[in-house]
Amino acid sequence: MAEKIKVAVAGNPNVGKTTIFNALTGSRQKVGNWPGVTVEKKVGTKNHNGHVLEIIDLPGTYSLTAYSADEVVARDYILEEKPDVVVQVLDSTNLERNLYLTTQLLEMGTNLILALNMSDRAERRGDFIDIQRLESLLGVSAIKTVAGEGKGIDALLDSIVAKKEQNIPLPHEIGYGGMVEEKIYALEEIIKDDPEVFKHYPPRWIALKLLEGDEDVIKKLSSESIKGKVQDFLSAIDNEEYEVEMADKRYQFISTLMPQVCTTCAEEVSPSDMVDKVVTNKYLGIPIFLILMWGMFELTFAFATPFMELIDMFFGWLAAAVASNIETAWLASLLGDGIIAGVGSVLLFVPNIFILFFVIALFESSGYMARAAFIMDKLMYTMGLQGKSFIPMLMGFGCSVPAIMATRTLEDEKDRLITMMVTPFMSCGARLPVYILLAGTFFGRQAGSVIFGLYVLGILVAIVSAKLFRIFLARGKPSPFIMELPPYTKPLLKDSLRHMWNEGYLYLRKVGTVIITGVVLIWMLAYFPQGAEYGSAGSLIGSLGKLIEPLVAPLGFDWKIAVALVFGFVAKEIVVGSLGTLYGTGGGEALSSALMSDPGFTPAIALGLMVFTLLYVPCIGAVAVIKKETGSWKWMFFQAAYSTAVAWVLALVTVLVANLVL
Amino acid sequence: MTSRMPLTMSPPGQTCRICDVCAGRGLKRRLVELGLTHNSIIQPIGCSRGCLLVSVNGTRFALGRGMATKIMVEPVCEGGAQIG
Repeated sequence: MAEKIKVAVAGNPNVGKTTIFNALTGSRQKVGNWPGVTVEKKVGTKNHNGHVLEIIDLPGTYSLTAYSADEVVARDYILEEKPDVVVQVLDSTNLERNLYLTTQLLEMGTNLILALNMSDRAERRGDFIDIQRLESLLGVSAIKTVAGEGKGIDALLDSIVAKKEQNIPLPHEIGYGGMVEEKIYALEEIIKDDPEVFKHYPPRWIALKLLEGDEDVIKKLSSESIKGKVQDFLSAIDNEEYEVEMADKRYQFISTLMPQVCTTCAEEVSPSDMVDKVVTNKYLGIPIFLILMWGMFELTFAFATPFMELIDMFFGWLAAAVASNIETAWLASLLGDGIIAGVGSVLLFVPNIFILFFVIALFESSGYMARAAFIMDKLMYTMGLQGKSFIPMLMGFGCSVPAIMATRTLEDEKDRLITMMVTPFMSCGARLPVYILLAGTFFGRQAGSVIFGLYVLGILVAIVSAKLFRIFLARGKPSPFIMELPPYTKPLLKDSLRHMWNEGYLYLRKVGTVIITGVVLIWMLAYFPQGAEYGSAGSLIGSLGKLIEPLVAPLGFDWKIAVALVFGFVAKEIVVGSLGTLYGTGGGEALSSALMSDPGFTPAIALGLMVFTLLYVPCIGAVAVIKKETGSWKWMFFQAAYSTAVAWVLALVTVLVANLVL
Repeated sequence: MTSRMPLTMSPPGQTCRICDVCAGRGLKRRLVELGLTHNSIIQPIGCSRGCLLVSVNGTRFALGRGMATKIMVEPVCEGGAQIG
């Protein structure tokens, strides 16, 4: 077997980069983290004519300055890992702007292949791109692709292998003109003795970045004395002037290139205009958004019901089979009351989770998600955030963990911190089972509306909290808002299904690991000490529950709920799973009727519990990622304490009001 | 030089050319990276609460109003084929 070829896929956002990545790797992806939206590295492998390609999907970036965390990730990967080949995906209908990133990749000395994506659209409007010309002028390989239809993918794979074998990493240089070149040369002279630079980085590139005032690059120098010299040098000149000059020169380079490689490259008359006029309309925008959201939850609820009934029936059958076939009392109880009841009650919601993720994927890939950010900008701004923060928040409907990671696209540190702090209030998929159980049990036909209301409450709490944080913790104005809105596209069914499967798979895996452990633990606590009635106040869990009951007693919650909430910190689905275990009923109908017949469990309590589950400390996974992304224990503990306090107060209000009204 | 104005004052649908960006370095660089540079063709499409929707070289952008006031434009004739 030949050695591995490391390939990195780079490109501007919205050029079809992820689609190309999917087409290149097929199904063989290692989803290290959360896929679909490119916030983290995704790795896939591909065998092509006896070569093994390891393909990495980099975050979408417009350039490789250290403007946002995403750009740093992409840039550092190229610098540190030195992929054998970099594939840049370009939008053929917007070549000029995409080539800006190309110039930067070339300057880093990458072995570059350009994938001219959406070439069908460019051709349809009469553009002719001269590939050979482009290749010879830039010293790269170029392939036309239509990722959605899989066109050009094989050629791209061939080209990657060929490029690796020919391997001439020749940094392409753009002349910046006498004045700038002089400074670049002087800087190169200063840094060339730095051992780190000497070993790892192209010195000219480092010099360029230093001259552009890139602070992240200064950190890459290892010698303190050289660092000092560089800083002296830079403070003596006017950075800004050079920076603008260099950007201009890059564009000049591109604009002399363009007429040679692309004849009749025309302005696009966009078909999105009409749609955009409606969905981003001053008056219609927000109502349309709300209707779509409401529709999403109705759909999640309605479509899933038949599947849920099937799953419920299956677990009912399984429980009966276990009860009648296993003699050993404790084993029967472990399997029946513990695992089947606990896991079953969580697995029941798999159809909902899958449908929810599918709809979110549709929003994302159709281009509507970005419009939502646009519509919400004004509201977000008055609340101390910018429109872009709304995207991580929307993703929070799926799962807080990738959503918090998605805040990396925010350039401003304060914007990012606040967004991370409030994103967990967006109701994630794991909380959905709790709503479905409780709303379904106590609110019957209004369940959809109750759940919708909870989601809105989550958004409101997030927004109000953001405002408070902006006033008290991170003063200042949100950074100016600018965002590209991708053209509307027909969402690719295959990609949406893949996204759904990947997210749903994570849910299944969570059930198989964390949740099963959690429910077995709860079962043990409920079963022992010997002699105590299962799950009664006399069992271990009963004592534990009684111990913490006073904390939530003002809300009207009993010890069972207290226990469920404590274990819900591991994963919020466990709130349902542990209720299933504690009532010893399993999920679905049986648990519903058990709850209904419990006099301590009124509709008001159910509402309060849903509000509490929505708002209290996010699950352990989300808390960990907050620690990782903020790099601070302080913010992590603050978020946990703040959200729990908010949950307590609002749940109390909910219960009190509901008692009056219901 | 006759009719320069901030982007915010340009009526929707009017095709314009960017003549200047009066912004600090970080912002200016960001705009350049996104393709909003000197001489780019820009067309306001509409505005939502406080936010502008523009088309630049065929790509759609959402721009905060604050930023839009810093972009100076001049109108160009419709159908001007020499745009580049």
